[in-house]
Amino acid sequence: MGILSKKDAGLIKDPLFDNNPITIQVLGICSALAITAELKASIVMAVSVMFVLGLGNVVISLMRNIIPSKIRIIVQLIVVATLVIIVDLVLKAFAYELSKTLSVFVGLIITNCIIMGRFEAFALGNGPWRSFLDGIGNALGYGLILVIVGFFRELLGSGTLLGFKVLGDPIEKTGLYAIGYENNGFMLLSPMALIVVGIIIWIQRSKNKSLIEEA
Amino acid sequence: MSKRTDSNVYTMVFAIVMVLIVGSLLAFLASSLKPNIKENERIEKQQNILYAMGVNENDDSSANFVSTSVAGDEFKKYIKKQLVIEGDKISESDDAYLIDIKKQKANAKAGKTRKLPLFVGEKDGKTFYVAPIYGKGLWDAIWGYVSMDENMVVQGAYFDHKGETPGLGANIKQRYFMDDFYGEHLLTEAGVFKGITVAKGNNDPKNEEKTDYEVDAIAGATITGDGVSAMIKQDLSLYVPYFKNLKK
Repeated sequence: MGILSKKDAGLIKDPLFDNNPITIQVLGICSALAITAELKASIVMAVSVMFVLGLGNVVISLMRNIIPSKIRIIVQLIVVATLVIIVDLVLKAFAYELSKTLSVFVGLIITNCIIMGRFEAFALGNGPWRSFLDGIGNALGYGLILVIVGFFRELLGSGTLLGFKVLGDPIEKTGLYAIGYENNGFMLLSPMALIVVGIIIWIQRSKNKSLIEEA
Repeated sequence: MSKRTDSNVYTMVFAIVMVLIVGSLLAFLASSLKPNIKENERIEKQQNILYAMGVNENDDSSANFVSTSVAGDEFKKYIKKQLVIEGDKISESDDAYLIDIKKQKANAKAGKTRKLPLFVGEKDGKTFYVAPIYGKGLWDAIWGYVSMDENMVVQGAYFDHKGETPGLGANIKQRYFMDDFYGEHLLTEAGVFKGITVAKGNNDPKNEEKTDYEVDAIAGATITGDGVSAMIKQDLSLYVPYFKNLKK
């Protein structure tokens, strides 16, 4: 990364793997369980969080020296809620179709612990540019896990990817279904997202032993 | 953190100023964008009603409305009459599609008469009766439009929701679910209203059985599906007297 210093590049790269918000920091699990039944929903959520977290981190970082420490959590909450509502209103007025798709995610974004977690842990103590990179990096790491989980849940649960029937038609019995393959309906339910996330955590820690905490 | 920001007075002033700024910003945005949002919602209602009676731009698997720019003209072209049913009284109103079903349901609960809008449309020589329905899903409101022929056999359905789970309950607005309702009967042969149940054990994925009063449920969306069954039963049953009169 030519334009970024080594330290700044780390802000983007670390959250993707060795400091991933979901698998290492254990932030944003709730939304990872809720909306990963389809790949499309995962991608939409990842992009929305990237937008809100990048912008929110910058705003909080700019305000970091004037926010009273006693009420900082409330201030953070107000900032993220305001941002999300503004985006929602503007979309409703000028891009109604898009807003219909995104409206279900609004509540999920405000309550996403990744956002509050990064405000509190990073933006309150760092400058705007670094906070922006941290926001984008963490949203990318979050999105990566979401997309992986969404990929497996949609493929194994519905036999589709982004709505396309990649394994054949389960009703007409074509493709894989012709030889007796069945969709696993259990993959569509939230507990399976937890198990998929668990498997990712397992693989990640067995590859990089330094991530395993001392008991 | 500097000392200055720790004092109570500073905290108090900061909170007040912040709330004032954020509050007025949001209020200003909301009221200045309101006309646009209202207009979008109005067009969407017309698109929904047209969709239910088969005036849409569906391709293979996705549900597409007629485009927003022509929705108003198409609505005028296809919808011949907009009726408002109040008890025994039936009147015509060009704004019947703007009637707020949620408010009317609340009125009915409070003991007042409920206004029932019904849209009579014509397409290719066939008459469609489109009725709005409104109910509760898992997280929030769900609603839709069902078009029927004069025997209360479903000719098309459109469902929407405010906040059902993406990938699960939110799929009630997918073609594979909505299309299942086509051809389903709402009345028994004896003319008694039975409704349509979104059933887990229907075991009829292609929905070839049209008189079983059941359609296939969506896996992982039981409560949303129950909500759809309930709103069909509650809201469409109110139209039975109208259809009975139609036959006379």
